[in-house]
Amino acid sequence: MTDRSETTLPMAIVTNKNKSLRDYEKVIRECVKCGVCQAHCPAYQASKREGAVARSKVALAAALLAGEVGLEQRLTEDIGMCLMCGSCVAKCPNKVPTDEIVGAIRREITDNRGLSPLGKGVSTLLGSPALMKTLGKGGALVSPLMFKKVPETSGLRLRFPYAAMKDRTLPKIAFRNFFDRVKEFYEGSPEKPVIGFFAGCSITYLYPEIGEHMVDILRRLGYSVFIPKGQRCCGIPALSTGNGRLVAELAESNVAAFGKRQVSHIVTACASCNRGTKEYYAGMKGDFGDFAGKIVDFSVFLKNDGFLSRLAGMEKRPDRVRVTYHDPCHLKTQGIIKEPRELLRALPQVDFVEMADADACCGLGGTFSASHYEDSVRIGARKVPGLKESGAALVATACPGCIMQLQDIVNRAGLKMKAVHILELLAQVAG
Amino acid sequence: MVTLYEHARNPFLDVQNAWQEAKSTAIEQGITEIFMDEQVVKELEEIVGADNVSIAPADRITHSYDATQKQHLPEAVVYACTTEAVSRIMKLANREMIPVVPRGAGSGFSGGALPIRGGIVLVLTRMDRILEIDTDNLIAEVEPGVITGELQRQVEKLGLFYPPDPASKEFSTLGGNVAECAGGPRCVKYGVTKDYVLGLTVVMPTGEVIRTGGKTLKNVVGYDLTKLFVGSEGTLGIVTRIILKLLPKPAAKKTMLVQFLTIEGAAQAVAAIIGAKIIPTTLEFMDAATIGCIRGASPIPLDDTCRAVLIIEVDGEPATLDPQVERIMGVIQPFGILAVKIAATPEESEAIWQVRRSVSPSLRKVNPDKFNEDIVVPRSKVPDMIRALEKISAKYQVPIINFGHAGDGNIHVNVMVDLREHGMAEKVELVLDEVFMTTVSLSGSISGEHGIGTAKAKYLGMELDAATIASMQRIKTAFDPNNILNPGKIFPETSA
Repeated sequence: MTDRSETTLPMAIVTNKNKSLRDYEKVIRECVKCGVCQAHCPAYQASKREGAVARSKVALAAALLAGEVGLEQRLTEDIGMCLMCGSCVAKCPNKVPTDEIVGAIRREITDNRGLSPLGKGVSTLLGSPALMKTLGKGGALVSPLMFKKVPETSGLRLRFPYAAMKDRTLPKIAFRNFFDRVKEFYEGSPEKPVIGFFAGCSITYLYPEIGEHMVDILRRLGYSVFIPKGQRCCGIPALSTGNGRLVAELAESNVAAFGKRQVSHIVTACASCNRGTKEYYAGMKGDFGDFAGKIVDFSVFLKNDGFLSRLAGMEKRPDRVRVTYHDPCHLKTQGIIKEPRELLRALPQVDFVEMADADACCGLGGTFSASHYEDSVRIGARKVPGLKESGAALVATACPGCIMQLQDIVNRAGLKMKAVHILELLAQVAG
Repeated sequence: MVTLYEHARNPFLDVQNAWQEAKSTAIEQGITEIFMDEQVVKELEEIVGADNVSIAPADRITHSYDATQKQHLPEAVVYACTTEAVSRIMKLANREMIPVVPRGAGSGFSGGALPIRGGIVLVLTRMDRILEIDTDNLIAEVEPGVITGELQRQVEKLGLFYPPDPASKEFSTLGGNVAECAGGPRCVKYGVTKDYVLGLTVVMPTGEVIRTGGKTLKNVVGYDLTKLFVGSEGTLGIVTRIILKLLPKPAAKKTMLVQFLTIEGAAQAVAAIIGAKIIPTTLEFMDAATIGCIRGASPIPLDDTCRAVLIIEVDGEPATLDPQVERIMGVIQPFGILAVKIAATPEESEAIWQVRRSVSPSLRKVNPDKFNEDIVVPRSKVPDMIRALEKISAKYQVPIINFGHAGDGNIHVNVMVDLREHGMAEKVELVLDEVFMTTVSLSGSISGEHGIGTAKAKYLGMELDAATIASMQRIKTAFDPNNILNPGKIFPETSA
């Protein structure tokens, strides 16, 4: 008889600062199989297959650790059916971190079998310093030009591989990326601290104006702003494809980049970058806690700064535009629900309305949309009735990834609606 | 045993030989010796399509459990979408004598969805269409995979109301609710699932399709098979269509939370409310042990001397709510009230329910392993039962936390232990034996909502005499002569 405790998992790569599946052994036992996750898992709701839901992944993790199952095809597929949105964790009575457990299994799969075709483009150029190079002319993201413009290690590559992009509504690659538009450091008033801004790939290459709005607002509030050019992708898409080594590398680069100046906070305007750099880095083996502790979402930062009372002083305009809000999973699951809405409610040009299923996942999910486009569309379709009934002209959110997906959802549904970032609306009035 | 590492060297199963691979791998790993015949797998694939049949180890693992946390591997997992497919599967299973276990959300607490004899787990979650909401006749017709909460939202949009509200309503299916005759807090006023099922389409264990009841409130033609199937725990037939009765949606509701000095006071208050001919929508209680678990976490501050809480909700026309609340306040006044919170807004009402919802997640603070029973006693016996539970808790030195539906006498008894302690498993057996003996001696029932399944089969004889059990088993045999539909459930002598 084999002693189960001696069953060994493949040794994680020595340099890996990510947790291994074995590190989750205790929390895996905390899952009581109650099934609550079925009500919150977008992948389950789209497929109605037990293998898609959180508790099944925890069951598979337990079976893997016990040596009762291998990394066989169906297991790999089930582990692939997860957007790592964290909705299940937020509603789990025992707070079992299924998203992290899925990440750990994906890393086991990668370590044993190599990266999936989706993740492969990245591994070949690991360590390439060719970030943030000046880009050529603007073009559609689906065009081969993208491959010249966006670094190989960027999460955008993982999210939108060329082949998966047929029929999809996508923003154009910006003519000049964010870092070509801003300086690395802006001096503010001496009594105010230096604020770091972590841009992330979507803002850098697709929506640089959102980043510019962020920088403008911070500067107008008197802060000094530090935007180190050495910052890279947050690592969430790499995490999603099981590329633990790349996550660790990116994390180290980002910590080093922001370490060049003393900053009091590092603001993000992308929900996924926020959760990745805050929660995931904090859980990694190594010294990421100081960096992670400074990460703050723009909506929380602006609220704590007293920005709301400035807006409250403005007179409401008669021709307000109706705006609803979509909760990005990566903010919702951190409990950042009120702050974005408070900003929208306070805006003088906005008539804010709630919509049904505001907190339902848009379906993008890191690299999920690229690897499971049809499932992703099915998940996103759940948003349509709520969007429609809201009567809003704009659906605002706090994550560039969600903006991309929401615009695809409304276009598919034939709705006359535009997806925008809250910062775009703030920029209209904050003058 | 093959370690994961060794297995990972050859991670991709050849699709052509999936079955053979799965079989040899699993046998090597000592998972099970029984395996579905290859020919049977082919026939299943012909019925539902190859995508909807699996014998892969991962699928067998993910369909091996329910909320009891017990695991039994099936040999095959099949997803069916039509009555006809279910019927053909049952005919095939009968011919081959293969056990079939119907499965919805797999959220049951009694083991109803566990494939304890292997065989096929037949998943019905994809039969999830609401076929009709008939606003003229106040009827809905649904497939079994519809989520209870989803039906409620859809009918409420039309001003209608489906009352049964099990705690799992946001994920459990109506098929599962019918199989277990689910209840919930609102049952004190509105009754349980069986009070709303008017008719069923059922695939019999032998594969015939039958229809019971119909779309009328009155129907006395033949035996009332509808009622027989509701609560039969998936042992008599597989429900593939359900006709449900709906009510007009109550216009408004009002929620209050009352803190008591003693559990007796709370129990007397319950008796006084019912005695005054007031039937609230919900009448939930929490005992001192429960309050101890949530005290710090409760959104509404609970007094240090509070030993029992009642959450009372009334519904109806807005004008009738305040008079109902006043009458309730009048009749419960003499019973040692510490504090009353009457919700003035929906947010305050939500805060009160949050107190109740904070209970389950907080229990694990006490101990890691929970034995969750759902006994029910006549309403007037609730104080006797609570006192008896306190005595049992003291006698065996194990925490017992009680809360639930005081209005209908349904008490959720949670024995919280750490099974890693030496001898604890045996001790729990003794505790549960005593809990159920006491329940039955107070003219109660050992399960109000969860069902018997495998979890309570051995206690069946405490409540039912031999002749009654024999009659039930004769029904089972008449419907399922080969004992292939969810075998080993309910009856102790056939349980594994």
